[in-house]
Amino acid sequence: MDVSRPCGVFDTFYSKDIAVVRTKTQWAWLVMGITLSFLIPPFLNIHWLGWVIETSIVIVAVLGLYFVTGLCGQISLGQAGFMAVGAYSTTILMNQLSFSYWLTLPISALITGIVVLIFGIPSLRVKGFYLAMATLSSQFLILWMITHPPFNRWTGGVDGLTTPAPTISGIVFDSYHLWFFIVIIFMWLMIFFAKNIGRTRVGRAFVAIRDSDLAAEVLGINIFGYKLLSFFIAGIYAGIAGSLFAPYITRIAAENFNLEKSIWYLGMLIVGGSGSVVGAILGVVFIRLLLQLTTILGPSIHPIPIVGPLLANYLGGLVFGLVIILFLIFEPRGLNHRWVIFKAWYRLHPFSY
Amino acid sequence: MGFFLQLVLSGVMLGSVYSLVALGFVAIYKSSGVINFAQGHLLAAGAFILWIFWGVLGLPLWIGLLLAVLSSAFLGVIIEYSTIRPMTGQPLMAIIVVTIGLAALLDSLMPSVFGGEEKAYPLIFPSGGLRIWQLIISYEYLFSFLTALGMVGIFLYFFHRTKLGLLMRAVADGHDSARSCGIRVGIIFRWTWAIAAVSAMIGGFLLGSIESVSISMTSIGLRVFPVVILGGLQSIMGCIIAGPIVGVLEVLAHGYADPITEGGAGDVMPYVIILLTLIFKPHGIFGEEIIERI
Repeated sequence: MDVSRPCGVFDTFYSKDIAVVRTKTQWAWLVMGITLSFLIPPFLNIHWLGWVIETSIVIVAVLGLYFVTGLCGQISLGQAGFMAVGAYSTTILMNQLSFSYWLTLPISALITGIVVLIFGIPSLRVKGFYLAMATLSSQFLILWMITHPPFNRWTGGVDGLTTPAPTISGIVFDSYHLWFFIVIIFMWLMIFFAKNIGRTRVGRAFVAIRDSDLAAEVLGINIFGYKLLSFFIAGIYAGIAGSLFAPYITRIAAENFNLEKSIWYLGMLIVGGSGSVVGAILGVVFIRLLLQLTTILGPSIHPIPIVGPLLANYLGGLVFGLVIILFLIFEPRGLNHRWVIFKAWYRLHPFSY
Repeated sequence: MGFFLQLVLSGVMLGSVYSLVALGFVAIYKSSGVINFAQGHLLAAGAFILWIFWGVLGLPLWIGLLLAVLSSAFLGVIIEYSTIRPMTGQPLMAIIVVTIGLAALLDSLMPSVFGGEEKAYPLIFPSGGLRIWQLIISYEYLFSFLTALGMVGIFLYFFHRTKLGLLMRAVADGHDSARSCGIRVGIIFRWTWAIAAVSAMIGGFLLGSIESVSISMTSIGLRVFPVVILGGLQSIMGCIIAGPIVGVLEVLAHGYADPITEGGAGDVMPYVIILLTLIFKPHGIFGEEIIERI
């Protein structure tokens, strides 16, 4: 995949060979990107700031899916349900036990990871479609448990819960402008971890299982252990995403985390290109931009005779379904593949060989 | 005791409809190995199509049914041709996600075409029901049960006694061997999709006449999954038996657990069945355990 690196870059040390960021230009881009991402808030109105925050949170959730589906090759249809566990445990810990947010975040990530582990147990004996069914079931079971007894005593049932504004070292994060910074810091951290876990022994074991689980077993990889580990990591990511989501939305309810959301997350990953971190990010941004576009375009489609009023309300779902189908038929490797092709073209230009 | 028997009876009748819908799913899976996540959406689409012919245009039921069968078969063929065929040779995961995308598309397309509100079929059944001993069977349920039973019989006859059915079983046995016998595998795939759409449409008709026709029928379509997983993905016999089991357990959960859990126990029961089956007998009652070779 990494066919072309910038001209004149030679690895004279092993440390250089395994570096993620290779050249000074890449360092410059990275630092600039991170710095710019922190300077966003003053330039956006509240609507778009909310969009950026939610996109960053979804990126974290989809990165969790990237481990299970992208690297380990197991379809997960429960990421939104797992996110619900993170969001609810955050709120309950803060509300009832009045934990500080710093303590709440890791604890709820851990709780989510453990819950996901329980639902990952069927992966002991099954894979592929069967495992997709197990995650689908977990999605429904989790949401049902949240809204029904005995858990509804703590979760508020279908009405949901109100999350208090977290206080971190004296600052009350009660507005989008403040919460933005926490979210964006965690997003960069989680991207960093995702990028690196993919390159470790664990990540390579995931890829081996994805490509051929029998061959991986012959190589001495403990398939069940690593599959569970991939679910656990996905759970940690979902937990953190949920934990960031709860104070953002302030009022969490089960409908924020329904099956549709899980399917959307999977679709984002597929459209972006399931096997890469960049793909996951591109997919989330692309689909969420499309969604924004459809909500903006919806009213203007409305006046078109006959089809207009019919399509206007459901434009988002229509576009999403079409995009997934078209991408899988025409570009199964996703946006990321296009990006790689573009980079290769740029580097080789004007000699296209 | 009467309450229990009543629940079991209506569970069996509901489950027979699940069996019918699952039959189409298994037909697709057996012949082409495709997992169809949109089976529930085919069900809802068929129910809506019939509603157009029967409820809106006011055609007699049998003409409406005939037209609905033809048009949903056509819909199945179109879906196969436009989304599944281009995916030939792709990994299973990609094909599963395509059908998920299809489900998402139909999820939005159907309410935008047919409108979001609930529809009702014209009333053909008298209210009340058949009384046997202490049990009351409403006519809708009885009709659904008998129709589903009849359709399952027709499908079994079709698979085992007709030429097309024989060709389908040949394709299910192995694509290469079927091809070497001169069977055009692609056309058989198209036929299986047509059959799946028709079985889903009949299921939609039956469920629609029990309750009402709406987009939420797609979630009833998700009941196909516990049925095929409990029965075994490759087994037609399995899904005929597992359908009533799932139906009975669901109705029992509705009857007995709902008061304790304040509702919803019946809706979540199928997923409990899925999880338990996957943990204890992953390949279902009649499913074949696939032994892989590298």
